[in-house]
Amino acid sequence: MAGKTLYDKLWDSHLAHEDADGTCLIYIDRHLVHEVTSPQAFEGLRLANRKPWRADTIVANPDHNTPTKDWAKGIEDPISRLQVETLDSNIKETGALVYFPFKHANQGIIHVIGPENGTTLPGMTVVCGDSHTSTHGAFGALAHGIGTSEVEHVLATQTLIAKKSKRMLVRVDGKLGVGVTAKDVALAVIGKIGTAGGNGFAIEFGGEVIRDLSMEGRMTICNMAIEAGARAGIIAPDEKTAAYLKGRQYAPKPAEWDKAVAYWNTLASDADAVFDSVVVLNGADIAPQVTWGTSPEQVLPVNGLVPDPALEQDATKRTSIENALKYMGLTANTPIEQIKLDKVFIGSCTNSRIEDLRAAAVVAKGKKVADSIQLAMVVPGSGQVKRMAEEEGLDKIFIEAGFEWREPGCSMCLAMNADRLSPGERCASTSNRNFEGRQGQGGRTHLVSPAMAVAAAIAGHFVDVRSL
Amino acid sequence: MKAFTQLTGLACPIDRANIDTDAIIPKQFLKSIKRSGFGPYLFDEWRYKDHGEPGMDCTHRPLNTDFVLNQPRYQGAQIMLARENFGCGSSREHAPWAIEDYGFRVIIAPSYADIFFNNCYKNGMLPIVASHAMVDQLFKACEANVGYTLQVDLPSQTVTLPSGETFSFDIHPTSKHNLLNGLDEIGLTLLHADKIKAFEAKHKSAQPWLFA
Repeated sequence: MAGKTLYDKLWDSHLAHEDADGTCLIYIDRHLVHEVTSPQAFEGLRLANRKPWRADTIVANPDHNTPTKDWAKGIEDPISRLQVETLDSNIKETGALVYFPFKHANQGIIHVIGPENGTTLPGMTVVCGDSHTSTHGAFGALAHGIGTSEVEHVLATQTLIAKKSKRMLVRVDGKLGVGVTAKDVALAVIGKIGTAGGNGFAIEFGGEVIRDLSMEGRMTICNMAIEAGARAGIIAPDEKTAAYLKGRQYAPKPAEWDKAVAYWNTLASDADAVFDSVVVLNGADIAPQVTWGTSPEQVLPVNGLVPDPALEQDATKRTSIENALKYMGLTANTPIEQIKLDKVFIGSCTNSRIEDLRAAAVVAKGKKVADSIQLAMVVPGSGQVKRMAEEEGLDKIFIEAGFEWREPGCSMCLAMNADRLSPGERCASTSNRNFEGRQGQGGRTHLVSPAMAVAAAIAGHFVDVRSL
Repeated sequence: MKAFTQLTGLACPIDRANIDTDAIIPKQFLKSIKRSGFGPYLFDEWRYKDHGEPGMDCTHRPLNTDFVLNQPRYQGAQIMLARENFGCGSSREHAPWAIEDYGFRVIIAPSYADIFFNNCYKNGMLPIVASHAMVDQLFKACEANVGYTLQVDLPSQTVTLPSGETFSFDIHPTSKHNLLNGLDEIGLTLLHADKIKAFEAKHKSAQPWLFA
């Protein structure tokens, strides 16, 4: 019999019940909650007169609606404010392991605060009413996004009705070149398999490049698994994972630490495990990536040319390219490096951790944002990231270069708060989605790494960060 | 949850691949703490020429008459024809809420994003997976014939075209059962509460640090 993949092990260790027809109940260890996808779930629970099964699995925090400046003014939009206050009152009623209300010193993006407080651990199941829950797979947890009805189901039963996914291995061999980051690997993978390539799969990322990445880099890769269509991305835990977690507030206590680590060491795919699909990339072949269209799969190396729809044979793809070029205001065959920008956004659950800010600061140091850039902003992922960056003096580097240094939150990744693009504005963004209207109606988003975003801010157009 | 058994309804073709949930219901409408009222804002940025905000009365907003949903021949449509990877991106259940609130009960597409696909069932909607060839055929026939109506029958898992041609579709037996009977999944799961508790006890002894 073939060995088990990491995904199989995580699945098997959480299977609470299986019906005769194959319907499974998977036990959930960690439930992350934010203000946007939870109010209807709490309301449903109340209407049915049900109580949460295990409130001590909840880690909650508002992040989508919260402003990133002028915190003294509170949340000005009354609809946003009501949503955040609704989370406050729901958590007050049900309880939670961790709750950081708006303006709390540790508040931040839910996918940043989970790991940094040690509430995401190897071997766990993690869910959240948010597709980027895949981020937590970086720790060897089975983590994925769910809808609001499922949020209610997990609150009420501590389980999720689930169907086992197929298993895909994405192996990135070799070494990355200088200036090439986890974000570029994630975009290159999506460019290769497409945004539907991972539909129905849980993706395990492996290979030397993945092993060499920091925990922050691994979180960036798993975060973007959903953009390849996979609900879950997973990376086997190793000594880096344990070192990252040791001493964090909710990580296993010293008395249990060795036992926990011994268990985590068993969480890897067996040598003879069989995957339903295997995709291999060579790290040395990956250049810094820039998306040119309105889907993350519409991506090219920075030294590429905007594609020509006339050369596409497939009619559906040709129409997609034509639609994307029209929306993005781009002409076929334009060099990516000639695309000029209006705004630059560094932040989001993809790229707002300390390592991302350090990489951005290296490029920003001693430079100035181009006059043609109307706004360049850095939005740290959490209060802890912000304080750490300030202790290291990164805030000063950004401010001196002409960036705005903001309070933590989701911000312009999805523009639910006041941070957004105006129609026609073009943005280099370290976020995860370049969909039409994602950063504001009519806004044009190009996804890049933090280093590439800073390089673009300084030049006013895309440049190959390796040439600086 | 609303039950679903049969539907004979007008089809409307949304001819675009990889439609994401940001397009289905833009972010500003996610600020609502309710489950209903999203229908008027379905495909807001494609449907209207102005910028939509929650609470707006959409009856006086300028329509983008090029957008298929605004064409008089598709008014009252209950079956959406869509292309591959429909519903990709954000997990927002507001997307199926908006589609259902608008009046659609069935979607027919070659493929869906996983989270969206699950979310449909939770809201009494039937997402049907059909072959690329069948979806192509339906798009062509629907665009060529005003009043193109399909008969969807969940018990027999079939869709009947106006020509009398029929194709069948797959659905997980549990999803089918729950949809046919409009069952509350949470109530069903809680019938297994003893098994969940037993699992929990075993899990706690194996990994006590998860129960700190």
